[in-house]
Amino acid sequence: MTSTLTPVRKRSALTKGQLPKFAPYVVLALALVVGAAILAVVGFNAFGWGIVSAILFTAGLVGWSAAVEGGRKAKDKLATCLVVGSFLVALLPLISVIWTVLVNGLPGLLDPGFLTTSMNGVTGAFDNKSVEEGTPVVGGIYHALLGTIQITLLATVISVPVGLLTAVYLVEYGEDRPLARAITFFVDVMTGIPSIVAGLFAAAFFFAVVGPGTKTGAVAAVALSVLMIPVVVRSSEEMLKIVPNELREAAYALGVRKWRTILRVVIPTAISGIASGVTLAIARVIGETAPILVTAGFATSINNNVFSGWMASLPTFIYTQILNPTSPSSPDPSSQRAWGAALVLIILVMLLNLGARLIARAFAPKTGR
Amino acid sequence: MTTTSLTQSRCAGRAGDKVFSGAALAAGCLILAVLFGVALFLVVQAIPALVASPDKIQGGEGFFAYIWPIVIGTLIAAVIALVIATPVAIGVALFISHFAPRGLASGLGYVIDLLAAIPSVVYGAWGAAFLAREISPAYDWLANNMGWLPIFQGPASATGKTILTAGIVLSVMVLPIITSLSREIFLQTPKLHEEAALALGATRWEMIRMAVIPFARPGIVSAVMLGLGRALGETMAVALVLSSGALTASLIQSGNQTIAAEIALNFPEASGLKVSTLIAAGLVLFIITLGVNMIARWIISRHKEFSGAN
Repeated sequence: MTSTLTPVRKRSALTKGQLPKFAPYVVLALALVVGAAILAVVGFNAFGWGIVSAILFTAGLVGWSAAVEGGRKAKDKLATCLVVGSFLVALLPLISVIWTVLVNGLPGLLDPGFLTTSMNGVTGAFDNKSVEEGTPVVGGIYHALLGTIQITLLATVISVPVGLLTAVYLVEYGEDRPLARAITFFVDVMTGIPSIVAGLFAAAFFFAVVGPGTKTGAVAAVALSVLMIPVVVRSSEEMLKIVPNELREAAYALGVRKWRTILRVVIPTAISGIASGVTLAIARVIGETAPILVTAGFATSINNNVFSGWMASLPTFIYTQILNPTSPSSPDPSSQRAWGAALVLIILVMLLNLGARLIARAFAPKTGR
Repeated sequence: MTTTSLTQSRCAGRAGDKVFSGAALAAGCLILAVLFGVALFLVVQAIPALVASPDKIQGGEGFFAYIWPIVIGTLIAAVIALVIATPVAIGVALFISHFAPRGLASGLGYVIDLLAAIPSVVYGAWGAAFLAREISPAYDWLANNMGWLPIFQGPASATGKTILTAGIVLSVMVLPIITSLSREIFLQTPKLHEEAALALGATRWEMIRMAVIPFARPGIVSAVMLGLGRALGETMAVALVLSSGALTASLIQSGNQTIAAEIALNFPEASGLKVSTLIAAGLVLFIITLGVNMIARWIISRHKEFSGAN
């Protein structure tokens, strides 16, 4: 800026005691070079290079700034470096997880029949054979995929009416009554219920009502509903709140009953937000493992009936394949199947998240702002 | 009451109103009933374990001797997770709210939200297959150089499947929760306070320390509490990563166990009194997390009344 004000190219009095604009780049280049040199002595690896360079960069920039600009500016630079650094640190596990799943999961996913066969009849003998003789890994996730879809669908069918009606009560009828305040508070508390406790609740409930040892897809669906309802309530409530009051008042002025106003005016206006909230809630529960583990057991064959018999699901499939490989002596085929299933699960969750964003963006209500 | 056709149709409409508002009210009450039911059924199914003679419970010394080591284990894992996640999460939240270029901020926020979208079982698999292997040399180093500290006492686990690894995986899982809540609160800081600080010549960091942090402190505390609630109840990361055992002080040996992982590992094959014991353990976990969450929500709701400043 100052260089455009003063035609003569010399340091103006205004910029005295400031680092030049190129300072960070110079320090970064130096830090990378020195970091590489240090790592070359110790033994080079990319991760260590990044860490050492980051520390050198921070020290160099802060030191230079302290010498030229004084302590306050140097502290500001240090804080900036730490904040940016923490963001980069937070990215590491994300990249690492996605990379690990992609690398380990692709061979499993590309296996013919992985998506279309179940684990029915697949024993350790097949896995031993595939390790010893190099035959393709048999068995797939069809039963688990089917189970996940059925359980999640049933959970959605239970949660959406209850959650949506509760949101309607809170926004349209609650009027800050003690009951509405209590519901809001306990919905918030419910979002914090550990997923395994939700599973235990569903198990304990069905053990008491139907009989000990009742484990079916429906029990798992109830457990997932306990986790899903608060999410649906929260997002629907937010969406119903931003429906402009003028729409309601216009309907009332035309003599429309309150329930028809809600059904025909308020909910259709907010439907895109509600739909995207529901999609996000599904994305949240589709990856839940613990509640399904304690309520639906794990099956190796296809089960089309959510109301009877143990049922497999993608998360529990991953869990059991890692913890109890089909063939304990050669766990590689099992872990290949587990990573393949993990990749499918991540793709499902990401698609649901993306879908929610698209729904919200495509039909976003016009708030007039 | 005269019954003309007009009032009859209004009666029908009124009935619809009653049915609909009744259904909405019932749905709201159902949620309260479910939460109450969670507590009730857990208590009912847990009673046999609580009243059974001590020698029948696993370990042979009664329920409380069984539960306290895994309660401590749960707390250790959660504390490790918070110690790692809190500074990073606050840094990330500050980066998104005050440091990142405006246009990028929401996109970067979405990237961090992706961390929350990854299913917990995938984190568990990642921790067991990748992180544990990569981090075990660091544990050897800690055991050799810091072994005089009880928490780093050697010999370090060769597989890396320790409570510290589980805590690191948990910290990745609670990071997005703490980040998104703190970010919301940082963004609520009154703009006038920030601009006043900058106008008085404060650097960006001084502005954050004087205007943003004091305003956001209760919010950060409750965000950390909510993260704690998640870390306490998280199952899969621990069940898959930790090779469990008796309670030990060292974080880099195998050993320790958490309530949630104990339930997940044993419940599928359990029967009889073992089921009751595990449900009782779940009840203990429920009470702990409920307490933590209620305190967090209480702090948030108290804070809301004062945030009218902006």
